[in-house]
Amino acid sequence: MTDKVNVADKLGMNKFHTDELNSHIEVDKEYSDKAEIDLVTRVCPAGLYSVDENETLFFDYLGCLECGTCKVLSEGKVVKNWNYPPGTLGIEYRMG
Amino acid sequence: MSEEKFDCIIVGGGLSGLTAAYLLAEKGLETLLIEKGNYSGAKNMTGGRLYGHSLEKIIPAFAQAAPVERRIVKERLSYQDSGKMTTVEYDSRGVAAPEGESYSVLRGKFDKWLADQAEEKGAMLVCGVRVDDLIVRDGKVCGVIAGDEEMEADVVILADGANSLLGQKLGFKHKISTNQVMVGVKELLELDKDVINQRFGIESGEGVAWMFSGCSDVYDGFLYTNSDSVSVGVTMMVENIKKTDNSVPQMLEDFKNNTDIAPLIEGSRLIEYSAHLIPEGGPEMIPKLYGDGVLITGDAAALCANLGFTIRGMDLSIESGRLAAEAVLAAKEKEEFSTNALSYYQTSLENNFVMSCVKGSEVCLAAVKSGDLKGDPLKVFNNLIKETLIG
Repeated sequence: MTDKVNVADKLGMNKFHTDELNSHIEVDKEYSDKAEIDLVTRVCPAGLYSVDENETLFFDYLGCLECGTCKVLSEGKVVKNWNYPPGTLGIEYRMG
Repeated sequence: MSEEKFDCIIVGGGLSGLTAAYLLAEKGLETLLIEKGNYSGAKNMTGGRLYGHSLEKIIPAFAQAAPVERRIVKERLSYQDSGKMTTVEYDSRGVAAPEGESYSVLRGKFDKWLADQAEEKGAMLVCGVRVDDLIVRDGKVCGVIAGDEEMEADVVILADGANSLLGQKLGFKHKISTNQVMVGVKELLELDKDVINQRFGIESGEGVAWMFSGCSDVYDGFLYTNSDSVSVGVTMMVENIKKTDNSVPQMLEDFKNNTDIAPLIEGSRLIEYSAHLIPEGGPEMIPKLYGDGVLITGDAAALCANLGFTIRGMDLSIESGRLAAEAVLAAKEKEEFSTNALSYYQTSLENNFVMSCVKGSEVCLAAVKSGDLKGDPLKVFNNLIKETLIG
């Protein structure tokens, strides 16, 4: 095991066209199965799901890489609705 | 735009969509391709390496004009086990045949180039538009809906990628399960050309494709050399998140810090961090491929193959785009776009390397799952070389 990864710094290298208004992914913040929440927080490559000390689930859609992994894992559970951001918005890979 | 009816509308400007657009426009069909990113490639990523043969058939010697990074001349396959590593190298510098070549590519650049070629052939490309739904009348797909705009066509090709929300909406594609897809995460690391050449023992323009197995029970690693960067990443079957306490971003960090990997990327600088799904479900995952007025291609059709330790998707995508275009052209001849008329697409895929590749991946996956490949490095490499390099 190595140093703890800092995903935010990595996302900082990417180009995003931010959708200031709406999240393209709808998360069920009331979802209470801790084991499932743990899986989603660990599977997201961008580390956008987190749980605070009060066990409240947070999701930040702004650094989303639009991979769909959380949808595959937890649609109908933590993930209520999953769509791509509207055209032009979201991640823009310069290299890919 | 809504006044006009196109011969074909293609959803998604990745490799299969662009290939179909290129070939249809070349034959004079009114072809519209709609991409949600601001350009083709904006939403795409690969490990990655493109096997050139399928594009070679369409654009001979494409690699001389296209922005490929390096021609792969060395395949390295490493098996790691508790700090020990065995590596097999296959050097193909003595072999020269364009149809047998593969290249490291970056999709942001490569797809943009292919999009330019399709536009030159007369395809109409609209970027920055997300297709939300399909127009379906009496079971026939008649066009697409984007926001409050509707556009009609004789045929719609769904080339909308691994998630294919449209394929799912149409009911052609089942919900993807966690043991059918891998998540791939990658860092693109800038590194001086000469340093790359020196570290990997290659000349300018030559590249290495390197797969690492055994570094973990839940993920595998990869490294590809680009012109002046290296792509380093890990792939994990989504189901495997249940077998570990680690996080996916941390897996990539651990892999990079692995004693065998760290020296290869020392002094590099992160320029992009990306992630994508890789369909790995074999033939079972392939959706209904055609219907009345509609075809599905590429990752959307799960036409991807994990042949032991090399993952092929892009060459299969291009081939499926070509076969979809052929089916549309044949349908156009008869002005008949029914399910029956388009069934030629399925037949031609079945008789093509695409399906044998996807079926081959099933054999390899079964071997991996049963443990046949994991335990015995010699067996790993023998199978691997037979399956992936010799065929």
